[in-house]
Amino acid sequence: MSITMDNLKTKLGPAELKEGLTATKVKRFIGDYGIIILFVVILVFLAAAAPNFLTLNNIVNVVRQSSIIGLIALGMTFIMITAGIDLSVGSVVGLAGMTFALLAPASGGAFWLPLIAGLGVGLLVGFLSAAMVVWGAILPFLATLATMAIARTAALVITDGQVVSGLSGPAEWLGSGFIGPVPVPVIIFLVAAIICEFVLSRTKFGSHVYAVGGNEESAKKVGISTSRVLFTVYLIGGVTAALGGLVLTARLDGAAPVAGTGYELQVIAAVVIGGTSLFGGVGTIRGTVIGVLLLGVVMNGMNLMGVSSYFQQGVQGVILVLAVLLNRWKSD
Amino acid sequence: MTDAPPATAPLVALKDIHKTFGAVSALRGVSIDVMPGETFALLGDNAAGKSTLMKVLTGVYQPDRGSIELDGKRTEFPTPSASRDQGVEMVYQDFALADNLDVRTNIFLGREPQKNILGPLLRIIDRKKMESETKRVLERLDIPINPRLKVKRLSGGQRQAVAIGRALAFDARLIIMDEPTANLSVAKVDKLIEVTQRLKDLGIAVIIITHRLDEAFAVADRFAVMRQGQVVGRFRVGEVSEAQVAHLISHGTLDDYVDTGSGIPEERRKIGSTSSMETVDALAVRGTTNGSDL
Repeated sequence: MSITMDNLKTKLGPAELKEGLTATKVKRFIGDYGIIILFVVILVFLAAAAPNFLTLNNIVNVVRQSSIIGLIALGMTFIMITAGIDLSVGSVVGLAGMTFALLAPASGGAFWLPLIAGLGVGLLVGFLSAAMVVWGAILPFLATLATMAIARTAALVITDGQVVSGLSGPAEWLGSGFIGPVPVPVIIFLVAAIICEFVLSRTKFGSHVYAVGGNEESAKKVGISTSRVLFTVYLIGGVTAALGGLVLTARLDGAAPVAGTGYELQVIAAVVIGGTSLFGGVGTIRGTVIGVLLLGVVMNGMNLMGVSSYFQQGVQGVILVLAVLLNRWKSD
Repeated sequence: MTDAPPATAPLVALKDIHKTFGAVSALRGVSIDVMPGETFALLGDNAAGKSTLMKVLTGVYQPDRGSIELDGKRTEFPTPSASRDQGVEMVYQDFALADNLDVRTNIFLGREPQKNILGPLLRIIDRKKMESETKRVLERLDIPINPRLKVKRLSGGQRQAVAIGRALAFDARLIIMDEPTANLSVAKVDKLIEVTQRLKDLGIAVIIITHRLDEAFAVADRFAVMRQGQVVGRFRVGEVSEAQVAHLISHGTLDDYVDTGSGIPEERRKIGSTSSMETVDALAVRGTTNGSDL
């Protein structure tokens, strides 16, 4: 039984309307807060059922493990709000991480050069995707399927498929270091998330991202440069994916050309769980952070409880479907 | 007309506008003028050139020949924003709204007011200002809508009010409305009359692009009929019958119009060529073989 506000208002009498509105309100509440409620329920369950779940060590561990997918998901949120998608992020993780690993020992102590080169690779792939989407009018799915293949090929070709290992000290710090009690990857993720949240919810550019996703034609008519908006979101997507790749490489103290394979699907799942619509126009960074943490906590909990890894992907799938159903009841 | 007092000078005058696209002559010497606070209708079939003419006026197209005058001064609209900056606003047929955003965001879409935080480098959208301004313009239209409501929740008439409010928020002096009733559920001509009257009270001139005669007759002070890229007639409402205008739209002339009884007196159907602007107020219909300029 699907009730929307519109057919309620037109088809029901005053008494039925009141009853219907209460039902609608309940649905709205579930739609708006369902994921948070689910998150809390999972936390409570794991705290009770999984040994060591509620230790500081484990919680830091969960957030650190989530931070790489989380970083990539931040950029993906921008792209998906414009009704786009970026399948190349996993390959960007591989290529940027590889670039970083190749340059890190060569540059001696100079930590910034490999860092900038790695992020530059992300920008480049983002630019290629954007050029195809904006100038070539190619569907984002297909354009980024192409850049996904191209970036992966580049990562494989430059090392002839070999793994590169052994980074210099400061590069390694990016993955394993701490500032106070907090791991560096977590700090990078949180800072990036706060910046992205600010940009998306407070700035003119953020507002235009939503407008492009909501109605690209209208956005053009009111004078918004939709191509500039689209270019920018794919560049952001490239940079955040590259950043994820750098952190992963630093954490593993080395890079494999196949690193990041399949990340795009995990990231898209996390973003959708966080309330972003594949049709564009809807989504928040806050939601994405919750989506990322929820998936991270579930994976961690299953590991702690000794659930077979065969089951883990299936559980992710169930959560994804649940989230999509809940999103239908969202207000507005 | 050059020595006419300023009060009766046109707010905007398009003079002898020509525009071709490849082999197609979309506009062949079109001149119209709109007085301050006047409601002017531009009638004609599809491909008559109405929309092209308005795209020239809103800076979307550049004319091949001809000029635009605003307050009697020659001006140019090289871009849509140049046109908007001088107070010419367009209300699109589809209202150009983003359903996923709220009323205030839609009103200011593309022209968001900003405020500095931590200096001029970091600027954020001034939502408070957007909200108060939104309330203000919708009150001026006498159509109060909650500024925080998502546009997808609005009725057709409310959506139109938001689109018009967008023009008002930026001090429009001339609002162009493209087929204003095309996206309203029922024929809401009554509501359109109210809105245009409201705009008139505010001293804002309106050009309505339409192919609906009832709409033009109900709201306009004056109208021009376009056909095949030319103006084939200009009238004050009441000077001609709907049947005559319908004939003019499809034939481009009233020469062969057969009066079935309800029309206007014979002597007022002055057929012939003239290039004088003084005939704007009189019934003047271009003959089929005459020059393009009325």
